[in-house]
Amino acid sequence: MSVLSGFATVLRRDLLIAIRRGPEALLPLVFLLVVVSLFPLGVGPSPALLASIGAGVIWIAALLATVISLDTLFRSDYEDGSLDQLLLSGLPVSLVALAKVAAHWLVSGLPLVLLSPLLATWMQLPGESWGALMASLALGTPILSLLGAVGAALTLGLKRGGQLLALLVFPLYVPVLIAGTGTVMAAADGLPYTPLLGLLLAGFLVALSLTPFATAAALKISVA
Amino acid sequence: MKSQNSFIVFFHKLGSPPHFYAIAGRLLPWLWGLFGVLAVVGLYWGLFRAPADYLQGESVRIMYVHVPAAWMSMLIYALMAGMAFVALVWRIRMVEILMISSAPVGAAFTLVALISGALWGRPTWGTYWVWDARLTSELVLLFLYLGAMGLHAAIDEPRKAARAMSLLVLVGVVNLPIIHYSVEWWNTLHQPASIGVSGSSIHPSMLWPLLITAIAAKLYYLANLFTRARLRLLEQDRRKHWVRKEVLAAELAGPEMDEPGAGAH
Repeated sequence: MSVLSGFATVLRRDLLIAIRRGPEALLPLVFLLVVVSLFPLGVGPSPALLASIGAGVIWIAALLATVISLDTLFRSDYEDGSLDQLLLSGLPVSLVALAKVAAHWLVSGLPLVLLSPLLATWMQLPGESWGALMASLALGTPILSLLGAVGAALTLGLKRGGQLLALLVFPLYVPVLIAGTGTVMAAADGLPYTPLLGLLLAGFLVALSLTPFATAAALKISVA
Repeated sequence: MKSQNSFIVFFHKLGSPPHFYAIAGRLLPWLWGLFGVLAVVGLYWGLFRAPADYLQGESVRIMYVHVPAAWMSMLIYALMAGMAFVALVWRIRMVEILMISSAPVGAAFTLVALISGALWGRPTWGTYWVWDARLTSELVLLFLYLGAMGLHAAIDEPRKAARAMSLLVLVGVVNLPIIHYSVEWWNTLHQPASIGVSGSSIHPSMLWPLLITAIAAKLYYLANLFTRARLRLLEQDRRKHWVRKEVLAAELAGPEMDEPGAGAH
């Protein structure tokens, strides 16, 4: 099996599993909606206040939703033994990890990007920042998935892996959060925000080229 | 081919738990003792003899605790990253143990730096907590320490826990500069220049006690690290022959738990 077709096989398999499971895959998204909707209830419906905190709220909700969905990234495959089969398949483990992360982003990250205009409306974000919000989420959520996969692989098979995963990855998410909210806030103020998107893109490329190897090493530690 | 450098032999011996246990045990009284002397001298000099700052007044004396702690918090993480690399590549158990034992010390120094920074901020900035770039980076560093310790504690098998923690520390150290610069950028974005210590120059009358407490902090790290590493070795190797010998020697030395290792071999 060539490397590319191996990647495609793992990706298709994971997407197929997500589709067959149906609504379960959408739970992190519903969680995201609930979290964001709690903020107006908590801080009051004042449009000015919501607009000023909106970018941060949406981004933090995205962080939380990602971590919640990451817990299942390798878990079911680990429990039913198919992860061992994938590691024994002769495919590069980093490639398997990358394919699984890609599937994870398509199922949990992409819908979040598409849903962001609704969130922006809820948080009373000005219209000119919507594009920046979608673009920053489109570049930033893949970084969250890539970095989070390392944590998910390290906490695989642990009793309270989910709680630990959050502690492991949130500090690592700080730069993404800062750049992401910075983009949206710059756009809302009418400032140029493409340099920040460039930073997010750079972060994405660095994460794309480094984290699959870290994830592969973590999987080998956890499964061994 | 017998031209083996005696230093290299000594270095290799350090990788063996019984030898490390014995050598560290011989060093420990000196480390603790020297730390005690330097800490007393440095703190007395800093807290009573050094002049007060003309801007910050007496509160500048917090610096003699705060700055060494902040230095150590970063140095220990960097050392842990180096040890993590060595542990992952060459799988030396002694290095793993030293890395694991470093984490609580580093986390404690980070906590001390945060608390002393908050106490300094109260009279200087008028509030205990400011989302200053350095304070925020330090807080994130504390979370990184806690995450590494949490991961290690969650995995039962010692070697597996050490390797997982090593990998996490390496990922963290790659991220740390990015976190630091992003936090600094975020800080200039949100806060119109808060007061900071002017990093230009420091008068010798303040520099000397600071240097002494900084060295004392490093000695404390070594002493605490060796103590922790020795205890971890005893615990992990409790079924091994050399530990039984050490314990037996300690029991023979007297009813009270004397310094083990001193009379062994």
